[in-house]
Amino acid sequence: MTSLILSRLTRRFGAVAALDEVSLSVGPGERVALLGHNGAGKSTLMKIVLGLIPATSGEVRVLGAAPGSGPARAGTAYLPENVAFHPALTGREQLRAYLALRGQPGRQAGELLARVGLADAADHRIGTYSKGMRQRVGLAQALIGQPRLLVLDEPTSGLDPVSRREFYALLDELAATGASILLSSHALTEVEARTDRMVILSHGRVVAQGTMADLRAEAALPVTFALLPAPGQAEALARAFPDGQADGGALRLMVPQSDKLAALARVAAARSLLTDVDIVPPSLEDIYSRISRRDLPAEPGASVADWRAPLSEAAE
Amino acid sequence: MSRILALAAAELRIAARNRWVVIAVAMMALFSLALAAAGSAPTGALGADRLSVVVASLTSLAVYLVPLVALLMSFDAVAGEVERGTLPLLLTYPVSRAQVLAGKFVAHLSILTLAIAVGYGLAAGAALLVDPLAGRGVPALFRLGWTSVLLGASFLGAGYLASSLARRPSGAAGMAIGIWLVAVVLYDLALLGLIVSRGGEALGAALPAALLANAADAFRLYNLGASGATAAASGIGGAAASIPGWQALTSLVLWPLAMLALAVTAFRRVTP
Repeated sequence: MTSLILSRLTRRFGAVAALDEVSLSVGPGERVALLGHNGAGKSTLMKIVLGLIPATSGEVRVLGAAPGSGPARAGTAYLPENVAFHPALTGREQLRAYLALRGQPGRQAGELLARVGLADAADHRIGTYSKGMRQRVGLAQALIGQPRLLVLDEPTSGLDPVSRREFYALLDELAATGASILLSSHALTEVEARTDRMVILSHGRVVAQGTMADLRAEAALPVTFALLPAPGQAEALARAFPDGQADGGALRLMVPQSDKLAALARVAAARSLLTDVDIVPPSLEDIYSRISRRDLPAEPGASVADWRAPLSEAAE
Repeated sequence: MSRILALAAAELRIAARNRWVVIAVAMMALFSLALAAAGSAPTGALGADRLSVVVASLTSLAVYLVPLVALLMSFDAVAGEVERGTLPLLLTYPVSRAQVLAGKFVAHLSILTLAIAVGYGLAAGAALLVDPLAGRGVPALFRLGWTSVLLGASFLGAGYLASSLARRPSGAAGMAIGIWLVAVVLYDLALLGLIVSRGGEALGAALPAALLANAADAFRLYNLGASGATAAASGIGGAAASIPGWQALTSLVLWPLAMLALAVTAFRRVTP
C-alpha cells in the first residue's frame, strides 16, 4: 500500500494558492525530499498531510486513511520546523509524556534519547538545551512507536555536519524497515545522496520530480571548460575558441552536455596553447535554482547568472 | 484515559516548576489564616461557634480568590502552547483536543483543590485550637470546600475559553482579568445599583434568576443559604432565603460543564 498519496491537492489562502494541484506519492521504504525556497508551500503541504489544516480541494490519503484521522495519526510521526517544547520539562519527562500519548511504555525514553545522542542531557531542562539539542529531542519523539510515515520539516536545521550524517544514517535504518519518509529541505546538496527521489516545489506547484539523474537531465545546464592559456598564447587561444568568453586570465567555454566529448577533442588539439584546463559540471545548486526558477511568472531574461549576481553583491 | 493522565502529569510538573503550585497554596493559606485571626471578634455576640463564623468570612473571600487563582492558572493553557509553538506537534499525536484540555483541567483542578484544602484546613485548625465547640462548623467548612472546587472549575473552563479565543497569552490575560472583574465584581455592583434605583420589589423574580445566572453568586447563595446562622453576615442574605439551595447547587454544577464545553468548542477552532 502506498503510504502517502496526494492528488491534485490545492490550498488557497484568500486569492493566493499556497499549493496548486500538487500530486505526489510516497511508497513504503521510500525517502522523498521536498525542496523549495521559503514560501514554496512545503510546510503547508506537510500540515495538510498531518491534518492540521484542511485542503481547499484535491485528495489526500495517509496510510490509506483521511489525514488527521485516528489511523493516520497513529502511524504518522512529525518533526516540525523549529520544533519547540515546554522549557520547564526535562528531555526525559517530555519524551515520557509523548510515549504515553502513543501508548508506549515510558521507560523507552532513555533509550530513544540515547539513540539521538542526548543520554547525558536527558535529565536537564529543555530550556537549557541548544537549538541542535532541541532538534534531537524532536527527532527522538518522531521515532516513537515505529511510525510507518515520517513527516520531517527541515529536520537538519541547527544540526552540525556530524549530527547531520548521523541523522541520515538513522533515516536509512528507518527506511530499511519499510518506513516512508517525506522530508523538506532548502539544500539540494544535502539531500541528494540521502534520498530516493526529489520533488521540487515552486510557488505551490511541483516543477520537477525524480532522481538526481532525472533532474540533471531536465535542467540541461552546460558544462563549463575553463582554459588557462600558456604564456603569451592568450590571443591565439581566443582565436582558436571564438565561442569562449574571457574571464580574468582564463577563457570560459560553455558546452551543452551532448557536445562535451567533441569539446574535449578541440581542447586536446589546442594543447600547445594551454597551461591547464578545468572542467566544471553544473553544480547541484545551479540545477536546483534553474529548475525552481524555470516556471516563475515571467521575468524576462532571468537566468542562473542573473540570479546569482545580487547574492554575490550582498556577500561583498 | 491514560492519555489524559499523561498530559495531566506533564502539566502538573510544569505548574510545580513554574511555582504555580506554591503560589496558589500560599495565597489560599495566607488569606484563610488572616480571616481566621480576624474572625474572632463577633463570636460571642452571635452565639455561633468560631468555625462557622470563619466559614462565613471564607465564603466571601473564596468568591474573589478562587476564580482569580483559577483564571491565573488557565489563561495560558492554549495561548501559551500557540505562542511557544508546541501545539502543532501535540495535535499530530493520536489525542483529541478535548483530551488535551481534559489533561490540563485535571492538573489545574488538582492544584486548586490542594490549595483550597490547605487554606481551609489551616483556618479550621486555627479555629479548633481556640474554640472546642468549633467542631460544629466542620460540615459547613466541608461544603464550602467542595463548592469552592466547583466554582474554581467554572473559572478554569472560562480561562481555557479565553485562552482559545485570544490565541495570544497577552490577549488571554486581558480577557481573564475582564472575566474576573465582570463575574465577581461588576455583576453584583450592577445588581445592587438596580435594586437601589428601582427597588428590590420592582425586580421581582428577575433578581433570583440573575443571581443564579452567575456562578459566583450561586456559590455565595448556596453556602450562605445552607448555614442560616451566618446569612445575616451577607448583603444578599434576604435573596438567599428566597432561592432554594438545590437551584443554587444546580447552577454551580452546570457552570463548569457549560464553560468546559464552550472551551472545547473554541479550542477546536484554533488553527495550529
